[in-house]
Amino acid sequence: MIEIVNLCKAFEDHVVLDNVNLTLRDGETIVVIGRSGTGKSVLLKHIIGIMKPDSGQVVIDGQDITRLDEKELNALRLKFGMLFQGAALFDSLNVRDNVAFNLIEHTKTDDAAINKRVAECLEMVGLHGIEELRISELSGGMKKRVGLARAICMNPNIILYDEPTTGVDPIGADAINELIKELHGKLKTLAVVVTHDMVSAYKVADRIAMLYKGKIVEVGTPEEIKNTKNPVVHQFINGAATGPITED
Amino acid sequence: MDGWVSRLGKRFIAFVNYTGGVSVLFAKSIFWIFVSPPKRKQILDQMVKVGIDGLPIVFLTSMFTGIVISLQTAYQMQKISATLYIASIVALSITRELGPVLTALVIAGRTGASITAELGTMKVTEQIDALETLATNPIKYLVTPRFIALFFMLPLLTVYADIIGIFGGYMIGVFKLHIGANLYMTTTWDALKLKDIMTGLIKSFAFAMIICTIACYEGMRVEGGAEGVGGATTKAVVTSFILIIAADCLFTALFYFGFSF
Ligand SMILES: Nc1ncnc2c1ncn2[C@@H]1O[C@H](COP(=O)(O)OP(=O)(O)O)[C@@H](O)[C@H]1O
Ligand SMILES: [Mg+2]
Repeated sequence: MIEIVNLCKAFEDHVVLDNVNLTLRDGETIVVIGRSGTGKSVLLKHIIGIMKPDSGQVVIDGQDITRLDEKELNALRLKFGMLFQGAALFDSLNVRDNVAFNLIEHTKTDDAAINKRVAECLEMVGLHGIEELRISELSGGMKKRVGLARAICMNPNIILYDEPTTGVDPIGADAINELIKELHGKLKTLAVVVTHDMVSAYKVADRIAMLYKGKIVEVGTPEEIKNTKNPVVHQFINGAATGPITED
Repeated sequence: MDGWVSRLGKRFIAFVNYTGGVSVLFAKSIFWIFVSPPKRKQILDQMVKVGIDGLPIVFLTSMFTGIVISLQTAYQMQKISATLYIASIVALSITRELGPVLTALVIAGRTGASITAELGTMKVTEQIDALETLATNPIKYLVTPRFIALFFMLPLLTVYADIIGIFGGYMIGVFKLHIGANLYMTTTWDALKLKDIMTGLIKSFAFAMIICTIACYEGMRVEGGAEGVGGATTKAVVTSFILIIAADCLFTALFYFGFSF
């Protein structure tokens, strides 16, 4: 379980997170929606501890990770998988070494076992035979999927997805949605999916939370969100150009 | 109210911040060498990038420097019929001063800039964040291997530059000024003492640490996309140049006044 308690973060005088409170339950897939630039990525970076809050806590299984030192954090991070918005693959390494990064750096797995695991992970994201390619040879959608393969390589308990379907064609996007659901079914992972793609949100979410002006303005099941009375959420999920969000 | 006092104050704070940041990075890169040394392959990759790939440009600079020094001195020495001194002047000025300094400047412009650009690109494309999420310390993984590679390769390149520079002088001395080949070489050997080469090498170890620390520091704190990477690269090269020349001045003074070198 992850509890985000009164989380605040500002960059100089630009307040991005303003008292965010959210509880993520084990085994659920929670989708965080919100406009570009509201701080969804910043929120994810706090959950995995690569950004430090100005105040507030991120409590993972009873442990406040904002107080951990680097060694303790790193032990914890091996249970995490994170897919970055731009995939953030290492372009000095080929696909295989990217996917197997954790295995190579943090375990003593032999080459044959690594190759097998890399092939498995790539298969899961619908790719094969690209182990030796350089990152610069991949298309945008392939990068996302390789990023996903890297995130799931260590069978994490918690997976953070930053806009997994953005920049991927509709068919590829649906494959990613299916994958998120499948992983969720198989590994019973806690998944946090950040997106503004409502098709994807409805498809994968157990619950949806909306981030607006630094706060979580509504949390609920996809059904509850669809029938929301909150005008801000209503405008966002219907993609209307006029409404409270665009008025100020 | 935003007068010069407050601007000066801000400048001063920025300067203290910068110095502090660079010192911390320097300390951490050394810390990781001992706590968890990088894999041999990573160091070797970097050594190839710094050393082998730097050979051609170091060759050209030191060759031309050797030629130029001997021509310029010949111009003076011919007046007093002392052209033979060219051999020792070239040997000493190259090994004590120009070999280490020019090699450091060339490598700061070449390798230092490319380190900043590479790390800066990694920063703006979130690869450095990704490293952290993969439970890997970015300084340990990115800075320390480069630090070790430069620390050993820059002095080696300097020795190479010394040899090439002396050879440049030799070509002018022997083929243009018609000093006997054997005579030129004996004069060179007689002039050179181990301490001349050593003082040059001590400098180049220090220059290597300057180049790597500044380049990595600038790269790892890039903000704002491709433009930020460009700006940081320029800044890294300029700062390294200034520090290399300042450090050279300091070392030369120390060797001159302080020790019995
Ligand atoms: N490292 C940073 N330094 C300064 N500002 C940042 C940084 N990271 C994010 N921001 C700012 O925080 C805001 C939220 O960014 P982000 O979380 O990336 O938005 P999104 O919801 O689209 O993922 C943006 O206005 C961005 O400019
Ligand atoms: Mg984002």
